[in-house]
This record gives sequence, structure tokens and C-alpha cells, in this order.
Amino acid sequence: MPPETSPAKSGLELRNVSKYFGDLAALRDVTLRIEIGESIFIYGPNGAGKTTLLRTLCTLARPAEGHALFNGEEIHSNPAAARARIGFVSHATFLYGDLTARENLKLAGTLFGLTALKERVAAALATFSIEDRADEPIRKLSRGLQQRATLARALLHDPDFILLDEPFTGLDAASVEKLEALLRRLPGEGKTVVFSTHNFDQGASLARRLVVMAAGRVQFDGPLGMAPLDSLGIRNLKIEN
Amino acid sequence: MQTLRVIWAIFVKDLRVEWRHRETLASMCVFGVLVVFLFNFAFETAREMSLRLLPGLLWVAFAFAGVLGFNRSFAAERENASLEGLTLTPADPGAIYAGKLLANLFFMTVAEVVIVFAVSLWYNFSFIPVLGLFSLVTGLGTLGYVAVGTIFGAISANTRMREVMLPVLQFPVAVPAFIASIEGTTGALRGEPLAVYADWVNLLIAFCIIFLVLSYLLFEYVLEE
Amino acid sequence: MIHLGVTILWLLIAVWMIFFYAPREATMGEVQRIFYIHVPAGWTAFLAYFIVFVGSVIFLAKRSQAADDLAHAAAEVGFVFCTSMIVTGPLWAKPAWGIWWTWDARLTMSFLLWLLYVSYLMLRSYVFNPGRSALLAAVVGIIGFVDVPVNYMAIRWWRTQHPQPVIGGGEGSGLEPAMRLTLYFCAGAFWCLFAYLVRERLAIARLRRELSAARRASAPQDQKEDRG
Repeated sequence: MPPETSPAKSGLELRNVSKYFGDLAALRDVTLRIEIGESIFIYGPNGAGKTTLLRTLCTLARPAEGHALFNGEEIHSNPAAARARIGFVSHATFLYGDLTARENLKLAGTLFGLTALKERVAAALATFSIEDRADEPIRKLSRGLQQRATLARALLHDPDFILLDEPFTGLDAASVEKLEALLRRLPGEGKTVVFSTHNFDQGASLARRLVVMAAGRVQFDGPLGMAPLDSLGIRNLKIEN
Repeated sequence: MQTLRVIWAIFVKDLRVEWRHRETLASMCVFGVLVVFLFNFAFETAREMSLRLLPGLLWVAFAFAGVLGFNRSFAAERENASLEGLTLTPADPGAIYAGKLLANLFFMTVAEVVIVFAVSLWYNFSFIPVLGLFSLVTGLGTLGYVAVGTIFGAISANTRMREVMLPVLQFPVAVPAFIASIEGTTGALRGEPLAVYADWVNLLIAFCIIFLVLSYLLFEYVLEE
Repeated sequence: MIHLGVTILWLLIAVWMIFFYAPREATMGEVQRIFYIHVPAGWTAFLAYFIVFVGSVIFLAKRSQAADDLAHAAAEVGFVFCTSMIVTGPLWAKPAWGIWWTWDARLTMSFLLWLLYVSYLMLRSYVFNPGRSALLAAVVGIIGFVDVPVNYMAIRWWRTQHPQPVIGGGEGSGLEPAMRLTLYFCAGAFWCLFAYLVRERLAIARLRRELSAARRASAPQDQKEDRG
């Protein structure tokens, strides 16, 4: 079923998307349009639907109702096209514990069909400062180093859309700083960054656009400066966290 | 070309992971050899008896060793959701299936060589004179068995009680391959010419083609959510 | 309601025909009358698996929830008929052939179909992620269905190469007209019952979905996000 109106042809878009898990509605009638060069902070309490939203955007989950679009086309009519342009960082690392970081990246790069793979892998490992531990099995690395390898893998194919689900969890202070710098820099390079985090101030310092979710619905979507934080209950939530 | 590269990369990845901990192959071989060992107590092993029992013994050992292997093959992919990581690439799901299939085929072949060696030793039966036709029948039977084992392994990895779920799914579907392999192996071990059991070999070829194509096409849905 | 009435009436007439209309079989005697239950149950079981297959294919192609519901309903009801076939078989075989079971082609095939039903239904109840169970079940339904004719070939060749321990009377062939009529009448009654049960099962599935939707609408707050 082709969507009825589509003014802009580029970007990721959800149109009236709902997704259910039995009696739970993870997403209800969510409409969201993400364009090149944006930086979007997704905020909401546990169970608000942030993870499902990101999993739908990254092509892993299929909407039960509504449309998920990539460049104006249904994502699931040609998922490979969207996957080639999307990098996703999930709660799980996607890494094989028995392989080294370098081997994991090489495998991912081959599946993405990248050329000059060796140099690209070396560059990605350097960007996240894991070169000196790159030849040890992932299992033996600390959580922080594993997360850096995960980021290196997600960015290896130079995606236009970078989706990150709670990427700061379990990171050491140095890695947090590095990741923050990266998230600030990427939108300037024409990349789109969409991320979620529990820490409102941290997220707010990194993004220009805020999407607040609760109970599977989008409560607010707009520039961070215009968000009515008090009426959204964010001040209260912040104290709880 | 890209498809072949993906198949090869997945195959090499599985072999490398196996080389680092060697658990899958070890458990397949030990389990297969134990089946052979226990059979020894269940049946009289005079040579003329052996020829009637050996094909069944071999395939029961192969079948159980295989179930262990296919289970582990996808259990490893669930750790850190790495199978999801593969799904998130533009690689053809069918190529991912083919890579996993090749790796499973490799592990099965190694386990089968060990099991055949044990049988040869303990049951005083020389496979050398019939090796060509025996390998043909066993190879085809193994390919058919692995073709369904690989897709059912991926399916049962999504379930509770996957150790039970896999044989429950796989054994009924693999029955034709099982029957044809045993009949073909019987002919091969007796030293009969291929023409005598050509029907069974043809059935195995048909089974392999049907289930390889079907699994290749359906694997996409196994990865999806 | 009408469907239920017709089904009951049809079944009652079928029972009457089995005991009073169909003639007594010459060699096996009264026990042969189980044939009118056994064979239609088997036919219904095979038909039901075909419906599972069709539902699975449509579900994968169109993602229609209704197709998945149909496949699931046909599997559950088909399993009941398949079990009736598996149970009435030995009950008939023991007095007729003197043994409960033999691995002849037809029996092996019936048992295999029963196993395919078991694996399909087990899978549906053991998948962790409810969003995935319909997809995985559809894959299993399709592979299982394609396997039926391959199995049939293999088992027939296998059994014709080996001596058969007992040969049953050739069913269907050379049946007396009154017996044949009873058989077809019973098959019709079973299909009517099958269709009724599937319809009821579909109605339950629809109610469940409405209930889920109502629950989602009434409790929008405290919910857990499911992953995976």
C-alpha cells in the first residue's frame, strides 16, 4: 500500500505506526519524520516505547499498523537499501565474544559489501581508540571497550542515519566524553543522529530536537528550546532519576 | 560475487569461533561415538549381522550428533544478539543461511568421519572397498539433513526448550532423507552396484534440492520480527 | 447457530447410518464399522494440514492476521481429527489384524502427519517473542506440508521393498454401494463439523484480539516495553 502523501523524498519516516506485544501497545499511532543532518534526543520513562521506536526505524521491527518509510518508500519492500544507510547501536553489542574486535568489524564490513575493508576497519578502530586491544577476543574486554567496539561496528559503513539506544550505559567517563563529542560532531557532517538516554541534561546538551514519549505515544516533538518541560513532567522525572 | 563473499565470511566466522573453543565438534563427536558404543551392548555384532545393522547404527549416530550441532550453531548467534546484527546488514538472508549451512555441513562431516572410524574399529568392518559409493550416499543424506537442520536450528533458537523443540521439528521432516540414506547405505556397504539403489539416491537428490531451495527462500522470515 | 444445528443433525444421521444402514462386513464383522469414523477423520486431518499450508503462505505474502488465525485454527482442529485417526486405527487393527500397530506405509504416514501437527502446535506455544511466533509457525507449516508428498514417496518405496507383515483389506476399492454411501456421508459430516469448529476457533481468536485492544486502550500507563 503506497502512502498517500509524501512531500519530501529523503529521510526516515514513521506514519501512524502502531506496534503491539499482546496486551501491550509499545507504539500507538506514532508519526515522526527524520531528515538528514538532524540530531534528535528521544526521552521518556521506562516502557514508553523508545526501544521499539528505534527498532522500527532501524528496520528490525515491522509496524503492526501504519508505514515505516525510507526515502519515501516502504522500508520493508527493500530493507537492504535502508540497512546500507543506517547504523544501529542496541542494548546488545551484536559482537561475537570469541572473535576479536578486528574480526568482528571485518565480518560486518564484508556483509555491508565495503571496499578497502582493511583500511576502513583500522580507521574505525583508531577513531574509538581500541587499536591496541583490537586483537583480543571481545569476551576478554571490559564493558566500556566492548561498547566502543560496538560503536565502531555501527559506524563502519559510514551510515547517514545513526540510531543509538541508551549508548551511554556502562561506559567509562573517557568513553562517554568521546561519544558525546562524536554525537555533537556528526550532524555537522551531514549525518543524522537519533539517540535515547535516561539522563535528560546529558541528552539535551547533545541534541537540537526533542521527542518525548510516554505510553507508546509521542507527547512532544520539536526544538529543545521550545519544549514545555514543566507540563511534560520532565522536571519531576529528572528528580526521580 | 557479494553473495559468495557473504557466504564465505559467515562460514569462516563459524569455523573460527569453533576453533577458539572447540565445544561443538567435541560434543558432536563424543555423543556420536557414545551411541556407537551403546549399540554394541544392544546387538550381537557378528559380521553378517553387522551388515544389516550398520546402516541404521550409523544414521542414528549421525542424526543425534547433528541435532547437537545445529542447536549450538544458533545458540551462539543469540548471545549478544549477533544474529540480529547480521540481519541489520544489507546481506541477503539466503546467503546467511547458506553460510551457516556450509559450516554445519563441515562440522557434520568431521563428526561422521570420527563415528565411521569408531564403527570400523569396534565392529571390524572395513569401509575402504566401498568408500566411493558410501561417501556419495552419506554425503547426499548429510546435505539433506543439514539443509533442514540449519533452518530448524534457527527457528528453535527462538523457543523455550530448544533442545527438545529442534528434534521435534526436524525428525519428522527428515524422515525421507533418513529412510533413503539407510537404504542407500545398506546397498553401498553390501558392495552392490549403484543401479540397485539408484531410486534412493535420486530421492536423496530430490530431497536436497527441494529443501535447500525452500529453506533458502524462507530463511528471511526466520530472521524477521 | 444454523451451522451447529446442521452439524449435529448430520452427525446423528451419520451415526444411524454407521450402525443401521451400512451392511455388516463379511470377514471382520461389526468392528469394521469403525472404518466410517477412522477414514473420514484421516481425510479431514490431511485436508486441515492443507489449510494450514494455504494460511501460512497467505500470511507470509500479505501479513494478514486473518490468514495466520486460519492456519492456527486449522492446525488445532486438524490435530483433534488426526488424533482420532491415530486412536481409532489400532482399535480397529487389533481385532481385524491381531496387532495394534504395524509400520505399513499408510500407518507410518498417518503417524508422521500427527508428528507434524505436534511440532507445529508445540512451536506456536514455545516461542518467546509473540511477534515472531506467527512467522516461525508459517515457515514450519510450509516446510511440513511440502514434506508430506516427499514422505509419502519415501515410505511407499520403503514399504513395498520390504515384505508387509499384515495386509489390510483394500479400503475404498470394491466397496459395496451402501458402504460407500455411508463413508461419503460420514466424511461430509466430519467436514461440516471441522468447518464449524474452525469457525468457532476463529471467533475466539477475534474476541481475544478485541480484548487485547480494549486492555491496551484502558490501561495506557504502567506498561513494560518488550524487546527482542
